[in-house]
Amino acid sequence: MTPIKLQIRNCYFKSPMPLTFRARPALVAYLTCGDPDLATTQEVALAAVEAGAEVLELGVPFSDPVADGPVIQRASERALLQGTRLADVLMLAGELRRQTSAGMIVFSYLNPILQFGLERFCDTAGQAGLDGALVTDLPVEEAGDYLRAMRGRQLATVFLAAPTSPDSRLRRIAEASTGFVYAVARTGVTGERDQPPQDARDLVRRLRRHTKIPVAVGFGISTPQQFAAVGEYADAAVVGSAIVHTVERNPGREAAAVREFVAGLVSGSRAGRARTSATRA
Amino acid sequence: MAALEELEQVYRAARRDKKFQQELDDLLRNYAGRPTALFFARRLTQKLGGARIYLKREDLLHTGAHKINNCLGQALLTRRMGKQRVIAETGAGQHGVATATVCALFGFQCVVYMGAEDMRRQELNVFRMRLLGAEVRGVEAGSRTLKDAINEAMRDWVTNVRTTHYLLGSVLGAHPYPEMVRDFHSVIGREARAQVRKQAGKLPAAVIACVGGGSNAIGIFSGFIPDRGVRLIGVEAGGRGTQPGEHAARFHGGAPGVLQGTYSYVLQDAAGQIATTHSVSAGLDYPGVGPEHAWLKESGRAEYVSASDAEALEACSLLARTEGIIPALESAHAVAECIKRAPRMKRSEVVIINISGRGDKDMGILRENLKNL
Repeated sequence: MTPIKLQIRNCYFKSPMPLTFRARPALVAYLTCGDPDLATTQEVALAAVEAGAEVLELGVPFSDPVADGPVIQRASERALLQGTRLADVLMLAGELRRQTSAGMIVFSYLNPILQFGLERFCDTAGQAGLDGALVTDLPVEEAGDYLRAMRGRQLATVFLAAPTSPDSRLRRIAEASTGFVYAVARTGVTGERDQPPQDARDLVRRLRRHTKIPVAVGFGISTPQQFAAVGEYADAAVVGSAIVHTVERNPGREAAAVREFVAGLVSGSRAGRARTSATRA
Repeated sequence: MAALEELEQVYRAARRDKKFQQELDDLLRNYAGRPTALFFARRLTQKLGGARIYLKREDLLHTGAHKINNCLGQALLTRRMGKQRVIAETGAGQHGVATATVCALFGFQCVVYMGAEDMRRQELNVFRMRLLGAEVRGVEAGSRTLKDAINEAMRDWVTNVRTTHYLLGSVLGAHPYPEMVRDFHSVIGREARAQVRKQAGKLPAAVIACVGGGSNAIGIFSGFIPDRGVRLIGVEAGGRGTQPGEHAARFHGGAPGVLQGTYSYVLQDAAGQIATTHSVSAGLDYPGVGPEHAWLKESGRAEYVSASDAEALEACSLLARTEGIIPALESAHAVAECIKRAPRMKRSEVVIINISGRGDKDMGILRENLKNL
């Protein structure tokens, strides 16, 4: 007979679908797992959650991260030199799930998942307590097997929507997405930007015609101002390169640095709302 | 994805457009120098003592390799789409040179991405591209060769997709590139088939071509696929050994995987990380192979072998001395396979080797490696 404790650990903490966001915007924090090592990633992930991240994107390092700018490219190279593989990220997810009820998805290019085995990936992800996945270079048109395997295990399938997508494609992306839809804020790759995204508002507006699930905006969100501004038109903001860069720039105190950075990010928008409620009162 | 869909629509419309085809034919003929010769290599045939060997001379094409067939086609599509900026990746530099060439011809802005390691070993081509007005950007990430240049070109494309066409140089990448690039190179096979029937009075027993991404091979193979008696032989880079990282023989060490928008045979480790590769020839030094080649292999229509660095260098030297033709090191891999195969074949049989490019760009490497000259 399976011990009760084991049963609880496997399914108790899984977030409901769609992933529910509490704050506006909610923070989705991306990390490249294994940079500088898995133990640090675990600390950093928990620190991000403590400071306000509601969903974690656990990035699987890949040799050819075509959608990523230099910050995540460097982080991926370091993580790969450590020997970080998809299997390690899935184990890390299990460890994190024991310690937090934050939303958690795997963020990976397709090839590592294919070599791991799609069914095996879904089984392992489910058992680890992951809520879903985002496969960067898997277009919805090619996703039939993936969608079936993930749906069968109630795992969320998050897809990327680009500003250059025509409405017909946005509809297909919205229909295939569960958990949330990831609206890519700009034409380009990941990386911190000085300018606020021009294309994002229009993209979110077009997406909302095709879906009721939450929309998160990402690529280039790196300051408290940019973060707060996303809350004006979307449900969540994804912050990746800025967090990964914080890790890179603070060797030896990565978790503390990320805690400070995340707290700074979310405080702007929370303070704004607190002020608003105060004046109303 | 939207850019790929746009490209496919524009390409299909262009194929149906007689004026597009006429303009392309005119450029291939009067600018690039088509049709290229099919040459009977008498002395090489005698030396090997077996099948009669014919050389398809893509090395005589403007810019010195087959690449320009595809570049002219895609340049016309770029103009059709109203885009003014063209980007490309390049390994040995031949595709970069051909792209810079057509951009000068059409007046497009041109940026070519090249791995820093490749820039070092193919210096001549870097200079040629700059002389033609292109900007050459070195890529320091990863293995600093072709696959890293492709990553950077793809990053540029997603960032600048509204103004820019990505002129991909081989039968790789997401659809419609593998099909479109094959179509633009299919002129090689059409010509070769007509030429060999006229000159030798028969179809060849075998057609041999080197396979990097696979464009020159698919180009010549496509002319003969329905002719079941013609064996199609692709030659990959055997490099300097059989361990991962020592070669680029995708069909011998690789497995099906997804790289840069394509699902095909890829050299990779058990965790799905893409492998580094090696070949003395930059143009064959790539971990993935065009998906149509994977299909030809799996369906049994084509077979894939490899030639080592040493065999390719030796073949280069032999062809130079017996026929006065210095092939590119890539093409020398096909010559190397012919050296092994022709002696075992009958005098009545014909073999065609696709000489995909000339060896001027490889003088530095040849000098380093053929010290006894």
